[in-house]
Amino acid sequence: MSKEWPLWEVFIRGQHGLSHRHVGSLHAPDEEMAIKNARDVYTRRNEGVSIWVVEARHIAASSPEEKGPLYEPSNSKVYRHPTFFDIPDDVGHM
Amino acid sequence: MAGKTNDDALFQFLLRMGDNSLILGHRVSEWCGLSPVLEEDIALANTALDLIGQTQFWLGLAGEVEGKGRTADDLAFLRDAWDFRNVLMVELPNGDFGQTMMRQFLYDAWSQVMVGRLIKSGDKRIADIAEKASKEVAYHVERSADTVVGLGDGSEESHARMQAAIDYLWPYVGEMFDGDEVDAAMVAAGIAPDPASLREEYDALVNKVLSEATLKVPTDVFHHKGGRTGYMHTEHLGHLLTSMQWLQRAYPGATW
Amino acid sequence: MYAQLVKTAGTGVKTREEMSDEERNFQDRVDRDEKIEPKDWMPDDYRATLIRQIGQHAHSEIVGQLPEGNWITRAPTLERKAILLAKVQDEAGHGLYLYGAAETLGVTRDELTEELLSGRMKYSSIFNYPTLNWADIGAVGWLVDGAAIMNQVPLQRTSYGPYSRAMIRICKEESFHQRQGYDIMMKMAAGNDAQRRMAQDALNRFWYPSLMMFGPSDKDSVHSAQSLAWKIKIDTNDELRQRFVDQTVPQAKYLGLTIPDEHLKWNEDRGAHDFSEPDWTEFFNVIKGKGPCNVERMEARVKAWEDGAWVRDGLMAHARKKTAARTAAE
Repeated sequence: MSKEWPLWEVFIRGQHGLSHRHVGSLHAPDEEMAIKNARDVYTRRNEGVSIWVVEARHIAASSPEEKGPLYEPSNSKVYRHPTFFDIPDDVGHM
Repeated sequence: MAGKTNDDALFQFLLRMGDNSLILGHRVSEWCGLSPVLEEDIALANTALDLIGQTQFWLGLAGEVEGKGRTADDLAFLRDAWDFRNVLMVELPNGDFGQTMMRQFLYDAWSQVMVGRLIKSGDKRIADIAEKASKEVAYHVERSADTVVGLGDGSEESHARMQAAIDYLWPYVGEMFDGDEVDAAMVAAGIAPDPASLREEYDALVNKVLSEATLKVPTDVFHHKGGRTGYMHTEHLGHLLTSMQWLQRAYPGATW
Repeated sequence: MYAQLVKTAGTGVKTREEMSDEERNFQDRVDRDEKIEPKDWMPDDYRATLIRQIGQHAHSEIVGQLPEGNWITRAPTLERKAILLAKVQDEAGHGLYLYGAAETLGVTRDELTEELLSGRMKYSSIFNYPTLNWADIGAVGWLVDGAAIMNQVPLQRTSYGPYSRAMIRICKEESFHQRQGYDIMMKMAAGNDAQRRMAQDALNRFWYPSLMMFGPSDKDSVHSAQSLAWKIKIDTNDELRQRFVDQTVPQAKYLGLTIPDEHLKWNEDRGAHDFSEPDWTEFFNVIKGKGPCNVERMEARVKAWEDGAWVRDGLMAHARKKTAARTAAE
């Protein structure tokens, strides 16, 4: 068994109410220490208010070959994007 | 001591607070770049930075109370060993990483209880510093306690090293709870608690963590003293000051 | 730079005809400034070169903690001590981010560490020079970080996503490093005779080693051509060095310090400064282990690693016990 501490991916939610965002990774023996290490490593400049950590091996990721089937259908649904709709300037900000 | 004004006692009290964080912060900063793993290196630097920050507040206020125009830097860099008022434990050399973390925990646990009381100090300046420090200290003790538990209840080697660390450090714990006329004056003025009154809460926390760490708490009640009164420091303090104060001593009056 | 003399894997830039379909597709993506991500197809040589480059960059950050760490316990004021400690701590953070980026390429941090400690991987030559007086801490921030930033700013646009993101984070944090260094230099230059002497002495000793940081001229190197094509190198060594000299000369002048190069002068035709090359024999000696502090730097890293083994193992053993207990309880 490798003696190296497991690798954890770190996600931080900043002060502005946005979703947790991936900020990087680190090593820690367990999840409690991973959270503490994340605080010490990734919030040295008040970057975050909430931390998630997940062991890297538990992350399931899409593979690049699937890029077509996973993402292309949404490419055709342009109406999901606000700029699809022409709103007259007179209406004001929307 | 008869004839002491309250401000003399307050000055001494503030030196004790400030010198503890100054000297411990200095010791912890010695690890920078040399820790067992990067994550610990960064975490220890955070602890040292917090301690240096607390030092600036405590010694800054000490200089103000003394009223001779001395700044926190003057107090840190231009006093000789006999004028330092830190407990002996914080000036001891770091030893191995386990000894450093054990000392950190033994100090953090005291600091947490102490700062918790000082938040209610009758002196608002002290209550404010304590308020700010309390958040830092709460995290320090959580982290150092975790490390003590992890290493105590870790491998055979780490367990043995942590037991050696507590055995070595235990005789220095008692000094944090000694009281004298300075403390009596602080109690009388409603500024700070009687050190002995912190012991029960401290022991509860330390016993809980050390038992989780599967370590035996020594039962010997003997303890070294002489740091917080300045009567007799260890030989180590002079060496620490020799490097810390070098530039200020070698080039008096320079601006850095 | 922090990654000097990184040998680019492969035999040089292939023509489009020589490329396989995959390679062509890859190069097209790089040319379109698309980021390459860990699970994307990439040429083996690209992966191997990146591991070397990012690894060396990470090692440089870690070894780079040592010369500045040398002054943490002697910093002259509480504020200087805190600033220096925070800066050296940032370097540990930067090393950590970069190891993380390298790990996405299929190598572990421990493997990279072993490579460093065995001497198979290098770190920047600059960290084999000593810090002898307090102005050296200023000079390191001003010159060494200044040189590093020259290289790191363009690397934010590098083709490999995790490397690029690490560089963005690093550059954001790095901005205070050079300024704090220059701030020390200003205080020293405006100080007493001894302080001014320290400042000049620091500049004298750090000037040429700083120029060496960019590495020897690589304008004719096939390896560099490949790295430039892959966008894991953005500018040539000479371009960066010139930019650094042009930026630094007025800063030295402002301090009233003399750059130790009698041939340094403004060249109106080129719109740039002419300057003397550093001693490249010295540079190759330092790279080969014969710099003033190579032995001490490696000793310190090896000692930290070996002394720390029981801590890493102990905490891991505890984590395993906890997991086992939790599993048993379920």
